[in-house]
Amino acid sequence: MSILVNNDTRLIIQGITGQEGSFHGRQMIEYGTHVVGGVTPGKGGQTHLGVPVFNTVADAIDQTNANTSIIFVPPAFAADAIMEAADAGIQLIICITEGIPIKDMVTVNNYLKNKSTRLVGPNCPGVITPGQAKVGIMPGFIHTPGTVAIMSRSGTLTYEAVHQISAFGLGQSTSIGIGGDPIIGTTFIDLLELFAADDETEGIVMIGEIGGTAEEESAQWVIDHNFTKPIVAFIAGQTAPPGRRMGHAGAIIAGGKGTAAEKMAVLKNANIRVVTNPADIGQTMAEALKSNS
Amino acid sequence: MKIHEYQAKELFRAYGVAIPEGYPAFSVEEALEAYDKLKSKTVVVKAQIHAGGRGKGGGVKLAHSRDEVREVAQSMLGMRLVTHQTGPKGKIVQRLLIESGINIRRELYAGIVLDRTVGKYVFMVSTEGGVEIEKVAAEAPERIIKEWIDPSTGLLPFQARKLAFALELEGEQVKHAVKIFMALWSVFQAKDCSLIEINPLVVTDDNHVLALDAKINFDDNGLFRHKEVLDLRDISEENPAEVEASKYKLNYIKLDGNVGCMVNGAGLAMATMDIIKLYGGEPANFLDVGGVANPESVADGFKIILSDPNVKSILINIFGGIVRCDRVAQGVIKAMQTVAVEEPVIIRLEGTNAKEAADLLNNSPLDFIVSTSFKDAAQKAVKAAVTEAK
Repeated sequence: MSILVNNDTRLIIQGITGQEGSFHGRQMIEYGTHVVGGVTPGKGGQTHLGVPVFNTVADAIDQTNANTSIIFVPPAFAADAIMEAADAGIQLIICITEGIPIKDMVTVNNYLKNKSTRLVGPNCPGVITPGQAKVGIMPGFIHTPGTVAIMSRSGTLTYEAVHQISAFGLGQSTSIGIGGDPIIGTTFIDLLELFAADDETEGIVMIGEIGGTAEEESAQWVIDHNFTKPIVAFIAGQTAPPGRRMGHAGAIIAGGKGTAAEKMAVLKNANIRVVTNPADIGQTMAEALKSNS
Repeated sequence: MKIHEYQAKELFRAYGVAIPEGYPAFSVEEALEAYDKLKSKTVVVKAQIHAGGRGKGGGVKLAHSRDEVREVAQSMLGMRLVTHQTGPKGKIVQRLLIESGINIRRELYAGIVLDRTVGKYVFMVSTEGGVEIEKVAAEAPERIIKEWIDPSTGLLPFQARKLAFALELEGEQVKHAVKIFMALWSVFQAKDCSLIEINPLVVTDDNHVLALDAKINFDDNGLFRHKEVLDLRDISEENPAEVEASKYKLNYIKLDGNVGCMVNGAGLAMATMDIIKLYGGEPANFLDVGGVANPESVADGFKIILSDPNVKSILINIFGGIVRCDRVAQGVIKAMQTVAVEEPVIIRLEGTNAKEAADLLNNSPLDFIVSTSFKDAAQKAVKAAVTEAK
């Protein structure tokens, strides 16, 4: 098993003919992801990367039976692209685009409320189930199939964690970047629920960062559900100054809230293994799984 | 992006938020001209810097005559104003706002921010105006009254009325406050704001409600559709190296340590700062050269890091993903041939072709310290900075 993406994923790429969409589209196809089409308004009828291009997401689903969409549309148009995909009834949307205005995401968040579509991101590296499907911009070859789930608010730091996990001879069940923006579709809690039900996942790496309350909510969830699969957490930004956006729009200590120290304390309180050293993620997970078995 | 109080008030006025009469002044002469235009004898001279807490630092003063205005303006312009938000170095005052004096009966608070937990904007008011709202939130959270704004309707008049009554306003005051609240929401929506705060919002002796202060921050991601807002940017309020970095589209934040860092990706960049601190060093900066590092971004990164004289060593930590490490290594070598770097450079490249990358670096005539582990690289960078500082 795995979560969100697998061999049954039928993927369309919104913005397939753009530079990013083309580049990563090719990478995903090479990895073996089932890419069945793309959408670029006005370019319907063409073929790109060997798959048909459609004018609308509705057309694409109609013709290809796609169940997942990945979005590489520029920030000014990305919110609209997400809502179009949701309206067309796609099950899963993964939005890579960075820089979408908050106001637009407030609208998207509201639009998705009563729909069954799940959104991952925006401003994220995507989702990969090693050996089955890569729906994102992560380097596929650092991943190996296995039992450790990774969920993260970061991009390259996620790869770092994957690399460490692989170095200890462990592989990943599914690795997900949830995005670095203040408003995102899928949260840590949503993923904890999915990982809890996934037999293949034996341990979870959580990579948080300053800002917001996603980590605190996860800690509460773990307590409320008596969750027993081991979790190893690292919070980036222990040295970040308050009031500054640390690259990610959502990584900011505002009004003294959302510090790494605060989050680490709350996570520890929920018996989550918190590492202060980002180079210790792999080793700590390896030890946790050993003591659990 | 931040703007000055006087600029925020100009926006307020345009949208119908009541404010005291006032004029900006960049010189003592302009301050006097402003005084002559105002009808009131007593005026307030307010230092314009991008930080709160100005009153306590001596950045807000009353003046009762033309001579006093001259005196206050002279002492305030060019002064180094230190507040709890500026850091110990403070900020140089270059602009003033001269405003009519107001007879204040009550000081209140009003603000709009994003509530990340629900993904909606929230309108907040409090009877505890004139003090730090963070303090109120921590000590007496029940004194902050909130109305969440439905994205499909925007702020509704009944919500504005609820807020006004919660502030214990009466009669005419309610009408004035509702008008202000609705107008604030209009500004917020129209300009892609990320925060609006009025602290204090005041009730005057004659029952008017006015925004005595004004703070507006804008969502950087929304600026592309607001050229008129970009025109309000005051670059002198920002760190020069950060301004320079933004021209290269690099994400750079200057810090006070001496280990310069160059990293690809914001999360890994923060983690790199953290590990430096863990091994007893202090990061000199946050620098994200972008998820995909290339020769140009690395060269630009060097220039920015080296513009900070405190930097004693440089740690490059790059996770080569889609762009392979050997390509990144070639980029680093090329960059170092174009930019003179005297400080020790510690490089850790991990990911695909890391081995080939290490060989390339080791065989180049340039003087790198190559490391293959995250821990080892951080320890070496900290040690090099200590040695270099002696």
